[in-house]
Amino acid sequence: MTHASTSTSAPIATDGFVLHDEDRAAIAHEREHYPHPQAASIEALKIVQKRHGWVPDAAIEAIARELGVPPASIEGVATFYSLIFRQPVGRHVILICDSSSCFLTDYEALRDAFFEHLGIGFGQTTPDDRFTLLPVCCLGACDRGPALMIGDDTYGPVTPEEIPKLLEAYA
Amino acid sequence: MSRILQDRDERRPETHPLTFRLNDDGTSVMLDAYREQQGYVSVERAFRDLTSKTLIDELKTANLRGRGGGGFSAGLKWSLTMQGEGIPRGYIVCNADEMEPGTFKDRLLLEQQPHLLIEGMILAGFANNAYQGYIFMRGEYVDAARTVQRALEEARAAGWLGRDVAGSGWDFDIALHTGAGRYICGEETALINSLEGKRASPRAKPPFPGQSGAWGKPTVVNNVETLCNVPSVVLHGADWYQGLSQGKSGDGGTKLYGVSGKVKRPGLWELPMGTTGNELLERAGGMRDGHTLKTWLPGGGSTGFLLPEHLELGLDFDTIGKAGSRLGTGLIAVVADDQSVVSLARNLEEFFARESCGWCTPCRDGLPWSVKLLQALEAGEGERGDIDLLESLAVDLGPGRTFCAHAPGAAMPLASAIHYFRDEFERGVTRGQGKAHADPIPVGSV
Repeated sequence: MTHASTSTSAPIATDGFVLHDEDRAAIAHEREHYPHPQAASIEALKIVQKRHGWVPDAAIEAIARELGVPPASIEGVATFYSLIFRQPVGRHVILICDSSSCFLTDYEALRDAFFEHLGIGFGQTTPDDRFTLLPVCCLGACDRGPALMIGDDTYGPVTPEEIPKLLEAYA
Repeated sequence: MSRILQDRDERRPETHPLTFRLNDDGTSVMLDAYREQQGYVSVERAFRDLTSKTLIDELKTANLRGRGGGGFSAGLKWSLTMQGEGIPRGYIVCNADEMEPGTFKDRLLLEQQPHLLIEGMILAGFANNAYQGYIFMRGEYVDAARTVQRALEEARAAGWLGRDVAGSGWDFDIALHTGAGRYICGEETALINSLEGKRASPRAKPPFPGQSGAWGKPTVVNNVETLCNVPSVVLHGADWYQGLSQGKSGDGGTKLYGVSGKVKRPGLWELPMGTTGNELLERAGGMRDGHTLKTWLPGGGSTGFLLPEHLELGLDFDTIGKAGSRLGTGLIAVVADDQSVVSLARNLEEFFARESCGWCTPCRDGLPWSVKLLQALEAGEGERGDIDLLESLAVDLGPGRTFCAHAPGAAMPLASAIHYFRDEFERGVTRGQGKAHADPIPVGSV
């Protein structure tokens, strides 16, 4: 496939932010799947986020230059998608499904128990930077509702009593 | 991990084309096991016996209807791309962005039987003479992504993907694209924008993706389950496929049905298209002890509520449509008698308000407004006129007023909830006509 190549051999740095070599290679690999490099925008953001936990302003610039698209396009994408974080998050992001089937299997009690146990609400991070709590669209685990994800792991059904034990595995 | 709740000996190749290969323990069926059970035989048959036109004609006759919820004939969709003998070398895009509330069927197929999807996509690619396929998968399906990626590598190594597929002289490959959230990505033109690395706002139609989709090329977008049906149609023919529904429906084939909510045994079953809601609820073990059924959604958050008496209807597109709802994804969610329809409607509209891409005014502004009214009714602080206003909002959110089906999808459960359970809404009206309901939309409150 053809694409407008903009990469250079020099590391791309903006404001002291340098794309890691491995991440540049991973982004380059993703680009190969598409006829236009812009298509790798979301993957590039996810690659950077995986390393840094979130996507700082300087990374938006760096990705834009890496892909040869305007920073505004990358920022537009970064702020549209709910799983791209534009501010720091905890070491583990907890996504609680708030959609109808989990709602019907007592999601609200589970949510409130998380609020109480962690002392934070949605969109907040615990003071020790361990957990960030977010709601998420139907996780496709409705036969196991109420369901949630911690990092890459999906759990369900989860009862409020199980929360302390569940979180032990995430330091 | 989700499981199919039918034992292996019930799932047979001649009656359960989607699930007969699945392992009882839920482990993935990878290439060797797939090949041993008629895997990729349909691709061999297509290359040997079929042309693009004969394959599409077979699919049309089979009446395979879109399993993502739209119910549009897959064969017809393909024939609108492959008009005549012209050759659009565009894209096949699998919509694996499963986020419809209450829907958990594609996850099963992706996690446990990735090669069936790949085989279906190869056939779609062959029929539409595409050169590249994409599987657009939601970012949260981490295990499914790993399994599908491994299956793509297996298929490539075995010559089912890449240059000169299985010695046919035809090139076709598939790439996995994973998303980063947002329900609207499941709308096919929003999905194409997202695939291109843009914000997932829907596109104006026409042009339809079949003529001008991803990067301006003809693009066929089909749901996971739809594509997984194609291999058996190609292998056994349209008449056999039609027969699978055992006369229960004019739609062909089987359906991956499911039940969630307060039932004893929530799960998934592959059953003839047109199976009744009663049979489904029975397979789910009925309601949990102490609960009776009040109402149900037939196929996702964007379908209309139905009553217990509607459980006797066959679950297919036309029958459920005639009853005033939509089959949607065919995974029913049950609501127990002690659960508030007003609260559930509030939960649904919160979902749709949050997930609106914000492009069209009725959707962007109307949905938060409906949430505000529903929150007031739920709290017993509704004003006289609030219910009428909700009903008029549901009309304004209806078909034809927005670029995509997001707002109409949000309007359907709202309108039907008020239609069937108006008394519950009226109980929330405790105040005279004030000005709360006519206040400016509460920006940022949702």
